[in-house]
Amino acid sequence: MKKINLILGMLSLVALIVAPHLFKTYGVYLLTYWLVYVIANLGLNLIVGYAGLKALGHAAFFGIGAYSSAILMQAGVNFWAAMLVGMVLCFVLGLLVGFPALRVQMHYLAFATLGLNEIIVLVLKNEEWLTGGTFGISGIERPGLFGYVFKGAIPYYYFVLAFAAVAFLLLWWLIHSPWGKAFTALRDNPIRAESLGVNIRRYTLLAFAIGGVYAGVAGSLFASLVQFIDPAPFDVQISILMFLMVILGGPGYLLGPVLGSFIGVFAPEWLRFTEGWYLLLFGGVVVLSMIWLPGGLLSLRQALAARREARAHEAARLSAAAQARRGA
Amino acid sequence: MATGAIYALAALGFTLLWQASGTINFATGEFVMLPAFSMLAFQALGLPLLASFALTLVVATAVLGYGFKRAIVDPMRRYGVMPLVVATIGLALIMRSGVQLSFGAQALPFQNIFGYEVFSLAGVNVSAGDLGTLAVTLVVVLGLQAFLQRTVTGRAMQAVAQNTESAEVLGIRVNRMIFYTFAINAMLATLAALLVTPLYLAKFDMGITLGLKAFLAAIIGGFNNSRGALLGGVIIGVSENLLGAYVSSAYKDGAALALFMLVILFKPNGLLGAPTERKV
Amino acid sequence: MNPILSVKALKKSYGAIQAVRGVSFEVMPGEIFGVIGPNGSGKTTMFNSMLGQIRPDEGQIFLDGKEITHLDPQQLSMQGVGRTFQTLQVFGNMTVRDNLIVAAQEHRGTMLSRLFAPTDSGLGGKADHLIDFFNLAHVRHKLAGSLSYGQQKLVDIAMAFMSDPSLVLLDEPCAGVNPRLVGDISRMLKGLNRDRRGSFVVIEHNMDFVMDLCHRILVMVEGEVMMVGTPAEVRANKRVLDAYLGS
Repeated sequence: MKKINLILGMLSLVALIVAPHLFKTYGVYLLTYWLVYVIANLGLNLIVGYAGLKALGHAAFFGIGAYSSAILMQAGVNFWAAMLVGMVLCFVLGLLVGFPALRVQMHYLAFATLGLNEIIVLVLKNEEWLTGGTFGISGIERPGLFGYVFKGAIPYYYFVLAFAAVAFLLLWWLIHSPWGKAFTALRDNPIRAESLGVNIRRYTLLAFAIGGVYAGVAGSLFASLVQFIDPAPFDVQISILMFLMVILGGPGYLLGPVLGSFIGVFAPEWLRFTEGWYLLLFGGVVVLSMIWLPGGLLSLRQALAARREARAHEAARLSAAAQARRGA
Repeated sequence: MATGAIYALAALGFTLLWQASGTINFATGEFVMLPAFSMLAFQALGLPLLASFALTLVVATAVLGYGFKRAIVDPMRRYGVMPLVVATIGLALIMRSGVQLSFGAQALPFQNIFGYEVFSLAGVNVSAGDLGTLAVTLVVVLGLQAFLQRTVTGRAMQAVAQNTESAEVLGIRVNRMIFYTFAINAMLATLAALLVTPLYLAKFDMGITLGLKAFLAAIIGGFNNSRGALLGGVIIGVSENLLGAYVSSAYKDGAALALFMLVILFKPNGLLGAPTERKV
Repeated sequence: MNPILSVKALKKSYGAIQAVRGVSFEVMPGEIFGVIGPNGSGKTTMFNSMLGQIRPDEGQIFLDGKEITHLDPQQLSMQGVGRTFQTLQVFGNMTVRDNLIVAAQEHRGTMLSRLFAPTDSGLGGKADHLIDFFNLAHVRHKLAGSLSYGQQKLVDIAMAFMSDPSLVLLDEPCAGVNPRLVGDISRMLKGLNRDRRGSFVVIEHNMDFVMDLCHRILVMVEGEVMMVGTPAEVRANKRVLDAYLGS
């Protein structure tokens, strides 16, 4: 890893550790909310940004993690076991989603995952005996470890920050391992990848499963953060927003979800003063960003470099043409 | 059935856009919602419904057809599908909040162009609205089919949809054909707005469910085939009503989804779609 | 000596069109085997049927005695069969070096072990060696998508060799390539054939290239084998000339 990246990473970590003390309770709550989304979107980035699969139902996994945590904790199970169950469920669901993905082309996958998301939300809304229906589940507790309960806003922030850091490092490791190259190959040219020995089926299933687990973990953390859940935060609209956060930040960039989630969570808050215009402005920001930086905000450096190279090429061509004219 | 026809219209526009330019428009529902409110606005200015409809057709073609194409789709086509998809998501957000800011969050009533009579056909109560919707949709779809298959322009549009490069080499003005597709999409959306808003009332978020059902209809019927969109819409409409009546109204929306999942698993190219081979 | 590749009575039709009508031939180990024929003679269809891209209707294919007829492309790669495609197929968003590494990494260890392996799976040295051999050292760390067509073509070909396949099938390696590069490719293939004793099957339209490079050549016309022979034999055969210039 380059030295400057290491230094920046350390600085960011320090900033993240100091941050909550600079904000009021609501601000800390937002920061925690942001980190939860970062975890979920790190998973989505793996599926969409690295493996190139158009998955639009991520909020479903988010919801499964949240609801399994909530339901089990209400039944007396502790946070950790509940989260583990959620992770397993998400892993299995991820594999199941992966199967039709193999038979179906890209754009179909987007709608298939959307459809699955809708079905899950329908079940969440209607099976009141299990999920409380639209009334939801309330009184979800904060987790405890060795007797200490992370009750307050700041302790829970650190709890989630720890998860986020671990999630990020694990993903970093995955992407830098040979698996990372296999995913990229799968994304950029699946036919060639296959003829080189990349097992498309396995990697697709794994992308979905791992991405799903990330969202599941985020869901469990979400449930304990907001302490009351109903089906609304797991709707298709949220899936679409998550997809937007990943693409806006930059698909295929490790930090993309961090930036994208930040904008997605904080922009509405900052724009709140515009009173009702914030969604409109946010939409405008999204559209403009896609027109200027279709590779996401983090592709800025690459886009500038490409433009510089294009200009250099142009200049070289023009001078060569001028020389030819002079010589002729 | 009538709702099915409306889904079919939206699905048809969606499919045509995809075929002609590879655009997956996530604002499809909003493209119907906006004309609905435009018509309400014109009526508020004192114009009768039909005149509002005609004016809105023009406005929609200009803004949702030409404007959408020039300002958003054209600059972004070369970057692939995903940025464009996200841009349409952003566009949907803009449209929704724009309307919400201008008209408020309430559901506004919308005049039914066919009147409110109810007929009894073979023991079933059918409203004038349903009949009218079906009739109009049928005429429009058949007309569109005839246009696409029997006129020179229509066939040129089909050529562009199937193979843009060859079409260009043959001298077809590809850009213009694509514009026609966008224009038709805008007009179909306006028509759908005219037909559906009386049923569900005009609300800023009416586009969300409608858009989703349109996507599902398009896929169930077959992405590659415009007749498929019609079939898909009808299937969804019928099963929704059946499910709603006989099983559980809560899971009514699930009808479309269940069908969709079945089709995806067993016939991934849709019921009428042609299988597309992977090119080497 | 047993043939490294044995194709028996391969048939493939697309509806009414019989693209491949019963093709049989053998390739010996260490041989560079050319396949030529007019456009539409079924060469690429035959290749794709052999390489798991499409399913043959009838016939059998053996790799060193082992049947590989119905294996999919991924399995074939694992059996030691490499290929290039008619159109350029590199991973544009990866560096040249990474392209080569990914071309062989799946052949090392298991799925799980690869999760814990170093980022280049120990293939860095081999990739660098091939990069030097193909004269691509100066673009080693550039994104493959930013290279010229000719350079990408070289990367494309190099990738097929990274996993040391016993058989490599090249589909028109010289398509769209300038004459000087054609010479380079010919030299490189000869070098690889010599050093690694690999066997190649090459579809090409560039006659000079084929005659110079191949040990034996198969002439395919309208889905059938017209003849198999040395370059000299093929050049002397009147029917081959007719097939190309006539009707």
